[in-house]
Amino acid sequence: MSTEPLLTVEGLKTHFHTEDGTVKAVDGVDFDVRRGETVAIVGESGSGKTVTSESVTKIIDIPPGEIVEGSVTFDGMELSSMSSQELQSIRGERISHIFQNPQNGLNPVYTVGRQIAEVLKIHKDGLSKRERRRKVVDLLDRTGIPEASARVDDYPHEFSGGMKQRVLIAMALARDPDLLIADEPTTALDVTIQAQILQLLEELQDDFDMSIIFVTHDLGVVSEIADRVVVMYSGKVMERGDIESVFQNPSHPYTQALIECLPGRGDSMRRIEGSLPDPTDPPEGCRFSPRCEYATDGCKAGDQPPMYPTDGDETHTASCVYYGPEHDAGVIEEIGVGDQQSTRADGGERQ
Amino acid sequence: MSETLLEVRNLKKHFPITQGLFNREVARVRAVDGISFTVERGETVGLVGESGCGKSTAAEAILRLEEPTDGSVLFDDQDITTYDDQELKGFRREAQMIFQNPDSSFDPRMTVGESIAEPLEIHGVGPRSRREEIARDLLDRVGLNADDADRYPHELSGGQKQRVALARALVVNPRMIVADEPVSALDVSVQADVISLLKDIQAEFDLSILFISHDMSVVREMCDRVAVMYLGEIVELADTETIFENPQHPYTKALLSAIPTLDPTRRGIDSGLTGEVPEPSNPPAGCNFYTRCPEVIQPDAIDVDQAAYRGVMDLRVTLKRQGIELDGLREFVGLDDDQTPSETDIADMCSELRREHDIPDRLDDREAESTLSEALDQIVREEITDGVEQLGELFESPCERTNPAPRPTSAGHAAACLHYDDEPVEADTGWVPEAAQGD
Repeated sequence: MSTEPLLTVEGLKTHFHTEDGTVKAVDGVDFDVRRGETVAIVGESGSGKTVTSESVTKIIDIPPGEIVEGSVTFDGMELSSMSSQELQSIRGERISHIFQNPQNGLNPVYTVGRQIAEVLKIHKDGLSKRERRRKVVDLLDRTGIPEASARVDDYPHEFSGGMKQRVLIAMALARDPDLLIADEPTTALDVTIQAQILQLLEELQDDFDMSIIFVTHDLGVVSEIADRVVVMYSGKVMERGDIESVFQNPSHPYTQALIECLPGRGDSMRRIEGSLPDPTDPPEGCRFSPRCEYATDGCKAGDQPPMYPTDGDETHTASCVYYGPEHDAGVIEEIGVGDQQSTRADGGERQ
Repeated sequence: MSETLLEVRNLKKHFPITQGLFNREVARVRAVDGISFTVERGETVGLVGESGCGKSTAAEAILRLEEPTDGSVLFDDQDITTYDDQELKGFRREAQMIFQNPDSSFDPRMTVGESIAEPLEIHGVGPRSRREEIARDLLDRVGLNADDADRYPHELSGGQKQRVALARALVVNPRMIVADEPVSALDVSVQADVISLLKDIQAEFDLSILFISHDMSVVREMCDRVAVMYLGEIVELADTETIFENPQHPYTKALLSAIPTLDPTRRGIDSGLTGEVPEPSNPPAGCNFYTRCPEVIQPDAIDVDQAAYRGVMDLRVTLKRQGIELDGLREFVGLDDDQTPSETDIADMCSELRREHDIPDRLDDREAESTLSEALDQIVREEITDGVEQLGELFESPCERTNPAPRPTSAGHAAACLHYDDEPVEADTGWVPEAAQGD
């Protein structure tokens, strides 16, 4: 039972029908999430990372969106064939979302305490008014809101951005979900506040024994929080694996390039030639091939290559022909990330 | 001739908050509160800090897009704060600005070429054909195509727009560029492009750059020297490598500890900071940072665990700065509106107060513990002023009394922190000219 993943996404294709043509935002994506683990989906704008995460509980706009193909299995249930009513109850009870912009998640005319209490009331009641208030204060306190017992009666505008995100986390956790889907939850926040929220999520994950899908563009954040990572580019998965394996031995040329163009690593920063592909007219073959320094003519035709194990490691795979049977992966130079100087100052004393 | 291109001396920009019929000033936002630094020719200086620290306002005040409240800005040894309109126009040719969001910097009805040539027209350069020629040439130099001159902004990606913004800044042949978060809105791969372009252009045109950013990694990549700002003041200024390898100010250390690492085996991000940036309209007395500082100095009279001291300080900051609402606490322990709390309720409220501020159940210093528990007792019994006073007498930190001027540290550069009060080293106090020192 516990070996079975909590969530399995297979062959997911989510397309958007627009005036400019069909945008294949997600074009065949597979990954799974085990109980209690954090899986990061990382990519640049247009990679399809957000649409992937929103397809799980179908919170995308349909139409123009359409889940064309694929299955999403959550705890033995097939979500893709569920009615919207059935999905509603899953979304409420078992899968929660938090988003980048905490502004949009709160109603400005109610106190935050009332909004969290509302969530408790809808889903599992049996609590007296006083018990519920205690529970709300407790939730706010656990998400690190100072003076929780007084702040519970404040309105959203009285909270800063970081504090609003904490309120939304409290609201998401009120339902004691099995899976939290967090889409860039720290991107709009200052770095010291981001650090606090990441720490908080990690603590809460243990307390609530939940799985997390963490969607982000920031590889540093991925390295801090994830157990496994899925690297996406132009609607496809480029590389997938355990966090240490992927960061110590990034295998797909795109993953390598993405790491090498990060500023402030102490090494010379590199650029990725070319630009992000047109989402209505993605390139043939490997989506990254027009920008890839190793691409051959064969890379630029046909379909995206299958996920090949890198280095004989079945859990760390890359969608690149060089790891397939007919090529020599030795051609792709290794870039080490683990050995490189970290941006974090060693000189900084920590208490 | 001096090599310094820009010298900022004790620059202040306050925004009054007014009220009533006669616009009586009731408070002021001290967005920039006395900063001093220099930018040499060909040098990139970073101004880094979190939102609300005043870095963007500083940039605007330096270019007189906002009139400074006080202080002076010397550009090429001339004080631009005394310039009249005509002189100011000349100065703005030499010092250009680029912004974070390239979308809002262009007129959507003008072609890229027209946008780039517009500053030339304003400054009365050449006939139209000459201006167009210059624009096309610049597009080429920022890595775009000369034919892109005929395109409109909406046809360009974010990275391309930022290149055009740079071309437009360069068109009047400036000596300094003030760049306010120029790559923050861009994807990582595009960010890398724009950063290398900025570096190339800087070398080619021998530009000085004042680089405003919240992103420590970008700053490390771009800058020769870095000034760290907190709540309108510079707390530390040094060479980029020194700031990153040997930071001295507790705030700089916290900022660096909050940067995610790329090495998952060394994870464990922790800035060590509690609380949030105070309102700049009501900055703390003493050191601006004491309300959050993990290294806030304990008074000689007590000796408690630093984390516990920080917790008591957090409670005192709340009491002093926003007051405490006992209603919530009363409701938490289950008291009705007019009910008189029992001794158990009092004890429960005290321990909830400790819990909410991460103060341990007992402090290891006996005198400190007895003062704290008496004060908590007074506070929950609504004798708040007495409780606050009692706490303040014993727990007040030297950091609450003195706003430290920059002082030398053993790292060789200065930091504005009381910890370095007794550093027995001769060092370059560097960044602040005589006028601003000595408080």
